[in-house]
Amino acid sequence: MLYLPVSTEHLYDGIPSDMNTSARYTRTAVTLHWLAALAILGTFPLGIYMSELPLSPRKLQLYSYHKWIGIGVLLLAMLRILWRMGHRPPPLPGGMPRWQVLAAQVAHYGLYLLMLAAPLSGWLMSSALGVSVVWFGVLPLPDLIGKDKALGELLKQVHATLNYTMLAVILAHVAAAIQHHFFARDEILARMLPFLKSGLKP
Amino acid sequence: MKRILIPALLLLPVSSAGVAAEFSVVQPDKSAIDFVARQMGVAVDGKFKKFSAQIAFDPAKPEKGSAQIEIDLAGIDAGSAEANEEVKDKAWFNTREFPVAKFVSSSVKPLGGSRYEARGKLSIKGKTRDVIASFSAKIDGGNAVLDGVIPILRLQYGIGDGLWADVATVADEVQVRFRFTLSAAPSVKKK
Repeated sequence: MLYLPVSTEHLYDGIPSDMNTSARYTRTAVTLHWLAALAILGTFPLGIYMSELPLSPRKLQLYSYHKWIGIGVLLLAMLRILWRMGHRPPPLPGGMPRWQVLAAQVAHYGLYLLMLAAPLSGWLMSSALGVSVVWFGVLPLPDLIGKDKALGELLKQVHATLNYTMLAVILAHVAAAIQHHFFARDEILARMLPFLKSGLKP
Repeated sequence: MKRILIPALLLLPVSSAGVAAEFSVVQPDKSAIDFVARQMGVAVDGKFKKFSAQIAFDPAKPEKGSAQIEIDLAGIDAGSAEANEEVKDKAWFNTREFPVAKFVSSSVKPLGGSRYEARGKLSIKGKTRDVIASFSAKIDGGNAVLDGVIPILRLQYGIGDGLWADVATVADEVQVRFRFTLSAAPSVKKK
């Protein structure tokens, strides 16, 4: 299970010591973050591309892949939130303006919420449009609502809006990471990108 | 209790008159033909909204039953406007050249209980194949309700040619499901 390594990493997290500056997220959090990032980065453009294709077997396949990855994002988000409930994230560097601290918090909670809401809206939409989700072609997920074409079309709009909102927040998130790393030159990005630990003392 | 008693009472005068209870008037508003296909492992259903059917069924003499069903394929609802256009196309039903699918029964046999099996020929897109319809018959409020399914292999009829012939994307097996509500023939009552 993906969640298991957490138990061993309590050692990093729970016991603050000056030997371990604890400026990094745990390996579990890092893994969950980048898996979700990869999945979202893949399935977002896929969603736009596939919806513009004319009906073909390829289109049906891509829709399935999109849904499978989307459910993956939902699962990763749930695991990430579970992790977050048991762990305090590493502290932000001192000297950050208050508005930035606040913005970071809003963006992070916003992303957790959107990572749940965006796939859920897709799942709801699939149920309403009468094409259920069978995860990886083997695990049938229950329909969340009954068949309702008009509602399905509405949910399609909701799904798109949520995803474009998520795109906007992710762009801000990435811009902030770049700003911190290259301009403020602090450890923000390194806490999520372990190989950037040049400035970190182990 | 009511459900059992009323049809039983209704049947009494008919049987006492020595006339078989044959059900042969199809009630279109209580009848339906739909289908379930599998796309990428997902069961997706659709409907045939336009059809005509001549069916005769007598639970006392099921072997004498018969059915002739014609489906106007342009009346298909495959789930979305885009899909509806697609399935009328040449690769699928080619409705311009072959507008009608037709089932004609050749025999009916009881399977025990309220289960029956009708064999017959199904013609779609210029191809005719033997098919088996298994169905149940229930008497409900003076009507006979036939509920059943005809499993078909779409590629035997060339439905979904070319690109679409890949059965990993759209499975070959399609379940055509039907429900026909039949009321008793008026001539039976007169006799």
